[in-house]
Amino acid sequence: MDILNAIVLLLNFVVVPAAAYGAQLALGALGVTLIYGILRFSNFAHGDTMAFGTAMVILVTWGLQAMGISLGPLPTALLALPFGIALTSIFVLGTDRVVYRFYRKKRSEPIILVMASVGVMFVMNGLTRMLPGIGVNEVRFDDGARFLFSVQEFKAWTGLTEGLSLRVSQALTLIVTALCCWALFRFLNRSREGKAMRAYSDNEDLALLSGIDPERVVRLTWIIATALAVTAGTLYGLDKSFKAFNYFQILLPIFAAAIVGGLGNPLGAVAGGFIVAFSEVAITYPWKKVANYLGFEPDGLLQLLSTEYKFAVSFVILIVVLLFRPTGLFRGKSV
Amino acid sequence: MAQTSTERPFLSATDMRGGYGKADILNGCTLTVEKGQIAVIVGPNGAGKSTAMKAVFGMLNLREGAVLLDGQDITALTPQERVHKGMGFVPQTHNIFPTMTVEENLEMGAFIRTDDCRATMEQVYHLFPAVADKRRQNAGELSGGQRQQVAVGRALMTRPSLLMLDEPTAGVSPIVMDELFDRIIEVARTGISILMVEQNARQALEIADIGYVLVQGANAYTDTGPALLADPEVRRTFLGG
Repeated sequence: MDILNAIVLLLNFVVVPAAAYGAQLALGALGVTLIYGILRFSNFAHGDTMAFGTAMVILVTWGLQAMGISLGPLPTALLALPFGIALTSIFVLGTDRVVYRFYRKKRSEPIILVMASVGVMFVMNGLTRMLPGIGVNEVRFDDGARFLFSVQEFKAWTGLTEGLSLRVSQALTLIVTALCCWALFRFLNRSREGKAMRAYSDNEDLALLSGIDPERVVRLTWIIATALAVTAGTLYGLDKSFKAFNYFQILLPIFAAAIVGGLGNPLGAVAGGFIVAFSEVAITYPWKKVANYLGFEPDGLLQLLSTEYKFAVSFVILIVVLLFRPTGLFRGKSV
Repeated sequence: MAQTSTERPFLSATDMRGGYGKADILNGCTLTVEKGQIAVIVGPNGAGKSTAMKAVFGMLNLREGAVLLDGQDITALTPQERVHKGMGFVPQTHNIFPTMTVEENLEMGAFIRTDDCRATMEQVYHLFPAVADKRRQNAGELSGGQRQQVAVGRALMTRPSLLMLDEPTAGVSPIVMDELFDRIIEVARTGISILMVEQNARQALEIADIGYVLVQGANAYTDTGPALLADPEVRRTFLGG
């Protein structure tokens, strides 16, 4: 019984939250890795693309709610998501046209594009904070049902001391991420356009010789990366809450995930997302209660790091990977 | 060149002058290839062999000279446009998509084609049985010789009328080299003209219908392959006796 309690405790406080968080990081890291593979720079504006996109989704959600439209038990934001993606894509394609294309035509060094993306990041951040009703506030926009099943319900079913809950937002995150990954990998491996993207990522000059239009590939990459970013941001906001600054901070674990998996390698980005999330949650979780169930009597909380320092985990992972395996676990491009 | 001849060469690149910067690398270089012929460019290091081929393919701005393919002036076209006109180019290095399968490499070669390319793919597999067995494997995992075969196969996917090869045997073993030359002869027999730059001059001239010896960006000797091999002057200066 104690073993079961320990397992349930672990599921409730480590496995389920880390899986949902990992899925959100994975979607974000997929966008970063695609842009790195095709446009050959680390896009620092990715976090704020997520923030801007989520803000758009929130505005559309409010509009839909005002019109009395909802999805029943599912959050209305899901209905607003396609609109958010479309609006953000237009904005991002605009930044490519105004900022990045100039440096691409000049064949500038990647670091120049990175710095340009820092500028874009600040602009997007400022714009997001100017949006009506969003600003610097913490916004909750999850409506519909809250739990698939709650702790109380779980305890009633099983009779265990410990309970397990699964929130709608968590389940939704896992399902939507699985669907996105499936669709993306199918697109990259089966479709003509997807293969053209991979070819361009592999060998730009040869892709050009083969008649692949680079501007088309670049546009498609921006749209896909934006769609993934806005989806990730919306799921993260539904799961926790929306605050523009948190999306700037989440950039670090997202980059850690992309680099752990191997920059430019989509499969690696997904794996990296879960590795970073599970490390972060496991290291900041107090293991005392689990140890108690397993028959140990520890003195302390068995918490390796307080939650305020969770970003240190991403930093350490980044440094270790860059020192010992710069191409990442799945052999992407070296940074 | 014999412009008055009724038999017009399939490719004629005449009096090419130009380079990458201020100094010219090509100083009046002329290359012609007849239909289904194998033309080989040889010469000492820095003679402008690869540059001459790149000029034919439009990767270099010519200050003077003209490139005609099947009688059509293509001097002003970009490399991509020349691919549409029937040129196929195999660069010396970075000539495959390493993380894509052999089959996908061939598919990408046929990217500009709107019709069904499976028949051409089967022809390529027939030509290179060694890579046909590895069609589901990533091209980057193949041996050097097999990679070259994939690279040539990729260029053949557009069904070019002129195939240009930049040192196809660089870095492969002598056995693989012989095999590759045999395949190139086979390609030429299907009516495709071949223009090739080669470091292994002696072996390449053996299969050449016409050989160009370039020195300092200009034609030094031009003759059939066997004739060049027999020429004591060419032997002494370029083939090491």
